[in-house]
Amino acid sequence: MGTFIPNTREEQKSMLAEIGYSNLEELFKDIPSECIFKGELNIPKGKSELEVVREIEKIADKNKLYKKIFRGAGAYYHYIPAIVDTVSNKEEFLTSYTPYQAEISQGILQSIFEYQTMMCELTGMETSNASVYDGCSAAAEACTMCRERKRAKIYISETVDPRTVKTICTYNFGSGAETIMIPKVNGETDINKLKEMLDDESACLVIQQPNYFGVLEDVDKISTIVHEAGAKLIMSCNPISLGLLKTPEEYGVDIAVGDGQPLGLGLAYGGPYLGFMTTTKKMFRKLPGRIVGETFDKKGERGFVLTLQAREQHIRREKASSNICSNQALCALKVAVYLAAVGQKGINEVAVQCTSKAHYLQKGLGEVGLKLEYDKPFFHEFVTTSSDSNKLLKALDKKGILGGLPLEDNRILWCTTEMATKEDMDELIAVAKEVN
Amino acid sequence: MKLIFEKSYEGRGNQIFPESDVEVVLPESPLRAKKSHLPEISENEIGRHYTALAKRAYGVSSGFYPLGSCTMKHNPKVSEKVASNPKFVNIHPLQPIETTEGCREVLKRTEEYLCEITGMDAMTFQPAAGAHGEFTGMLLIKAYHEKKGHHNRTEIIVPDSAHGTNPASSVMAGFEIVNIKSDENGMVDLKELKEHLSEKTAGLMLTNPNTVGLFDNNILKITEMVHDVGGLCYYDGANLNAVMGVVRPGDVGFDVTHLNIHKTFSTPHGGGGPGSGPCGCKEFLKPFLPGIRETDHGYTTEIDTIGNVTGYYGNFLVVVKALAYLLTIGSEGVPMAAKNAVLNANYMMYKLKDIYDVAYDRTCMHEFVLTLEKLKEETGVSALDMSKMLLDYGMHPPTMYFPNIVHEALMIEPTETESKEVLDDAILIFRKIYEDAVANPDKTHEAPNSTPVGRLDEVQAARKPVLRYEFKS
Repeated sequence: MGTFIPNTREEQKSMLAEIGYSNLEELFKDIPSECIFKGELNIPKGKSELEVVREIEKIADKNKLYKKIFRGAGAYYHYIPAIVDTVSNKEEFLTSYTPYQAEISQGILQSIFEYQTMMCELTGMETSNASVYDGCSAAAEACTMCRERKRAKIYISETVDPRTVKTICTYNFGSGAETIMIPKVNGETDINKLKEMLDDESACLVIQQPNYFGVLEDVDKISTIVHEAGAKLIMSCNPISLGLLKTPEEYGVDIAVGDGQPLGLGLAYGGPYLGFMTTTKKMFRKLPGRIVGETFDKKGERGFVLTLQAREQHIRREKASSNICSNQALCALKVAVYLAAVGQKGINEVAVQCTSKAHYLQKGLGEVGLKLEYDKPFFHEFVTTSSDSNKLLKALDKKGILGGLPLEDNRILWCTTEMATKEDMDELIAVAKEVN
Repeated sequence: MKLIFEKSYEGRGNQIFPESDVEVVLPESPLRAKKSHLPEISENEIGRHYTALAKRAYGVSSGFYPLGSCTMKHNPKVSEKVASNPKFVNIHPLQPIETTEGCREVLKRTEEYLCEITGMDAMTFQPAAGAHGEFTGMLLIKAYHEKKGHHNRTEIIVPDSAHGTNPASSVMAGFEIVNIKSDENGMVDLKELKEHLSEKTAGLMLTNPNTVGLFDNNILKITEMVHDVGGLCYYDGANLNAVMGVVRPGDVGFDVTHLNIHKTFSTPHGGGGPGSGPCGCKEFLKPFLPGIRETDHGYTTEIDTIGNVTGYYGNFLVVVKALAYLLTIGSEGVPMAAKNAVLNANYMMYKLKDIYDVAYDRTCMHEFVLTLEKLKEETGVSALDMSKMLLDYGMHPPTMYFPNIVHEALMIEPTETESKEVLDDAILIFRKIYEDAVANPDKTHEAPNSTPVGRLDEVQAARKPVLRYEFKS
């Protein structure tokens, strides 16, 4: 059996003797005997390190690893610069707790402050928190920020990722807030319906840009309508797209949220990812979770601390703005290193390549009969028809290509990132031509 | 130390991406007008920047970290190794089911093992952290009562010794909080509990061992009393490290629990996360579990599911690390870890209690609480001062000012992965700072003196928040 207990049996015995116990079990003497678990746990016996490595490798081998991935739908296959993992594997970052003791945690605190600044720069917004769990929970927490006593209805566009919708609904089941869906038309939010449906009890609308079907929404119009109704606008965005596209701040959005996964985090079967949340100066005191702020010591040396803690559960208990305690700090560190490594030019380059390649693939697929479902501007995802999505995706799978996500009625949601080469896309198009 | 933005120089950077091999086509949608100020900095400078930051951070790998309630154990490297396998890291969560057998096996086996350890029947890994697991558990309780038509069960009973997340999570699930006081031994006051139980009780949230490090020996009575009025019992598993393999929450009357994988099962905390807070429950609550769940027949969604609390399967890679830990220590290692955690805590307490006041002087579990109330009264030296003095000795301080029911509290949790020498050294340091405090109380307020920055002005930080770097242009 492997063990991470350094003290030998003899040392344990002598420690016990020193403090007046005859054996380890006696330490539990205050626990009523009917509570004690008798017998042995029905889990395997302990193993050596090498055995564990072998066993888990064997499990991992049961997964199929694709090197050509054309599926997104909320989780995106991007290149991760080498330095990202080098930095995040540093043990001081890996093995520390939340930076409660500021004087010995300046490294963690400064890295979060830098992350907050980068997310503000990317989204154009004024304030960022230190991260929440993922993009879905970030959207749900943003809704909570907007609710007021007289404005409690939460609106979500049907073009938002279904998992985000489901998560918001689950949080609303807890809080008792009403959830109302705004229908879609031609792959985008139905603006006329939106106008009709908002009223003076509306707290906020959640939209996604680019939306779940890849379509770029007319956020200028949506923003005007929502704000005229006195509600707040929450925009869930793909952070890569912000290297190129109009920012939430430029659209007048109140809270920008999203998943930071495309910025240097692996697909990882869905997690750990990172929920980012940025907002305006007006609303930042409502942000959930940790926030790092700048301050000084007595000698005037700049330093960083966890701040605005009066919002948080350990101070406010039942009156806290959220229950969040642990967040995704190491993921935030990875995102910061990613953004530093690619820089302002790099993030723009990735965005341009994503969308250029998506347009190349869409054109190619169109030429072999996979019609573009919505004739709307798109970023790096788009929906096509197909004669038999199952057959096509199976044929691609045989070539080691993970095709787009099948939707109902043989439609497919494709995604292209900078990882796709022209050669890969030509191969995909050739298979589609053959099968479709 | 300079911020990364202050090291940026226009035109620098790294050639990470090749030139596009297709024609540039931009969407017909508005583009951003304002340039972002992301750093322009070479890889060498980035590496040095973060190496300097790492030097200004303190992890379990740096030294002793007895942060009570946080279970700062050694984080086994084998867990990191297996979790970095590309066949986990590069698996898309929406891949066809027949291509994700390995990921599903990780979830299924870890669920099995953790259910065995907790005495529960099913578990979801969707919650990304402990508090998130609590929220999920409270939603299960809510959904259960709603399904049964118990619409008047709106109250959750929370002892005053509970983690702050307990009341906060209950409120997020729409419950009203009924706070009850602990008795003089730090236990649930049965009389107080009885007074507050009613047909409005939806459930009770209990941290056990509690936040003063004691096992509530009335636990069977407590869960029985709650069940008798039709409420459910929630076990906050944050402190499971004290009793895993020794007591199973499911055996002592609890219906739902969460675990902190990043505490009890040794996955690293990463400076604040990612953690993992799986929520386990008894069979009758299983139909309400969130997310897509793996069964013998493939994926399924539970019939009365509360929905989703994260997008996919939670912090999957963290679960991989927990599996590696469990496979390593195995059935005999689980209780052995708990017993040694309790031994180390009692050893330290014993060796300190002649000079320090212990809040509750009896056999403790995995942690114990000192109260510096008297020291503060006599010398003006506070728990904060003492903590800052520890920094000068290169040690991470205990948790300060928690639990709230103990004044000038220092909560010490050594964990089982520390050797006797480490404990002995720490004991000497604790004794030394006590002597220093008594001899020179005024000097203590200046500590720490050896850290990159001194005590920081937190009031100023909150009063005039500066939450990002402001660029000049």
